[in-house]
Amino acid sequence: MLFDLANVVVFLAVALGFVWATLLASRLIQPRAPGGDKGLTYECGELPVGAGRIQFNFRFYILALIFLVFEVEIAFVFPVAVVFREWLESGRAATAFAEIFLFIGILFLGLVYLWRKGELSWHKEEPEAEDVPSVR
Amino acid sequence: MQQLLDRFIESRGWTGDWAIELVYFLGMLFFAVALLLVVVTPFTGIVSWAERRIAARMQSRVGPNRVGPQGILQWAADGLKCILKEDLIPEDADRILFTAAPYLVFCGLFGAFAVLPFSEHLVIADLDAGAFYVMAITSLVPLGIIMSGWASNNKWSLLGGMRSAAQIISYEIPAALSLLAVVLAAGTLSLQGIIRAQGWSPADWFLFRNPFLFTGFFYFFVANLAEGNRTPFDLPEAESELVAGYSTEYSGMRFAFFMLAEWANLYVVASVVNVAFLGGWNVPPIAEGVVLTILQMVVFAAKSLVLVFVIIWVRWTLPRLRVDQMMLLCWKYLVPLSFLNVLGTAVWMMIVPEGSAAGRVASWLLVLVGLSLSGLFGLRVRKNLKDADVGRLYLNPFS
Repeated sequence: MLFDLANVVVFLAVALGFVWATLLASRLIQPRAPGGDKGLTYECGELPVGAGRIQFNFRFYILALIFLVFEVEIAFVFPVAVVFREWLESGRAATAFAEIFLFIGILFLGLVYLWRKGELSWHKEEPEAEDVPSVR
Repeated sequence: MQQLLDRFIESRGWTGDWAIELVYFLGMLFFAVALLLVVVTPFTGIVSWAERRIAARMQSRVGPNRVGPQGILQWAADGLKCILKEDLIPEDADRILFTAAPYLVFCGLFGAFAVLPFSEHLVIADLDAGAFYVMAITSLVPLGIIMSGWASNNKWSLLGGMRSAAQIISYEIPAALSLLAVVLAAGTLSLQGIIRAQGWSPADWFLFRNPFLFTGFFYFFVANLAEGNRTPFDLPEAESELVAGYSTEYSGMRFAFFMLAEWANLYVVASVVNVAFLGGWNVPPIAEGVVLTILQMVVFAAKSLVLVFVIIWVRWTLPRLRVDQMMLLCWKYLVPLSFLNVLGTAVWMMIVPEGSAAGRVASWLLVLVGLSLSGLFGLRVRKNLKDADVGRLYLNPFS
């Protein structure tokens, strides 16, 4: 097991080394002629307008939060899933299933809640303001 | 792999801790470098060529056919060209993040190769949390992508990076849940263990184990397509909308690493699907020793390559989704359905014990369903070909 883990570390080191060595080789043989408009960012051939880091849709942020909750909880279900078979064979099926069901059920409730709140739609439909007098 | 190295040490009669440690270290280094240079790089290169040829065939074009026989060395020419190109970094870019991003993207995908099996005994590292490790290490890729998008200081890159990250993390949920159902059925997280829990005949594969795993296969496949940023989910690099997405500002070798990672990802995705649902390297017990290993390698590679072809095929057949449709598909269909899948698999395992007659019958029925689905598909393709006046469209792909 430790051998396998060490193997993975060596693997990642080799990957880093490969990228580094290739970039170095490229750096040694490539032509370098800095200056001009090369340093500008590409914006359809026009001069870039304003900063590159523009405001982006707020939904990305909410999506990341939802993801975090779900992913962490799924990670917690994995250990139960691994022992589920053993428990089934040793006759503790009801307990094992109850545990999984409880966990998944709570997660699913969370999904239903988000759905009802409208957080899962890319275009969230805002409730119409009622106190605005209609223009008629 | 450890056994192999142990046998090597024994055959040399070496003793002493330092010698063994050294052999271990050098052996691992050798395997890693060999895999990188002999398998991963040429394979991704050839897949990039194959994809362009297949795409050309599907669109009645010729595609790259000049470098080497049928253009098969095109990838080497492309790589050489990328090395010789000037590597530009935009003046306003965040240099540290900009240069670090290709490292992360490449490490994330090459790291996954460490646990992918090639045959029963040929695997670099059989981690006992293998399935989890693959999910974790490939999560470096969205990190690298969002870093490149942010660091480029370009509007297209930023939007592409954001979309890509949102898409990958969204589809991570159905992918993880479908894998969870497989882990339930296999009772282990090790990729080799998951393969051993299946058999060589299709009825023993997890794909046909029960109806929930059967549908789970499709969720897993679609989710993995989306995680690999492949059409119909290629919004992050939608050429007509975002120029080249997060890699707009990259040039030379750095750009090549993004492309390398994209094609290496094809094999990773295909292999993981193969391991989880299609029985991996399982072969009928007709051979022994080296022949068995070779047979297993061939079977595993064949299944994976068919899946790679399907992924390429899907890419050049389906149009791109809109960003809201993509999110809708993930959160309102795939996530709830894969939740039900996990519970359904657990219930099925409780009421239909493994290896029972009912289970066998259900498996074979599902095999029939699968066969008839592909048969229907074949008939449909034939009808479309008939209607499409192929004679006029025909172009010899080997001209």
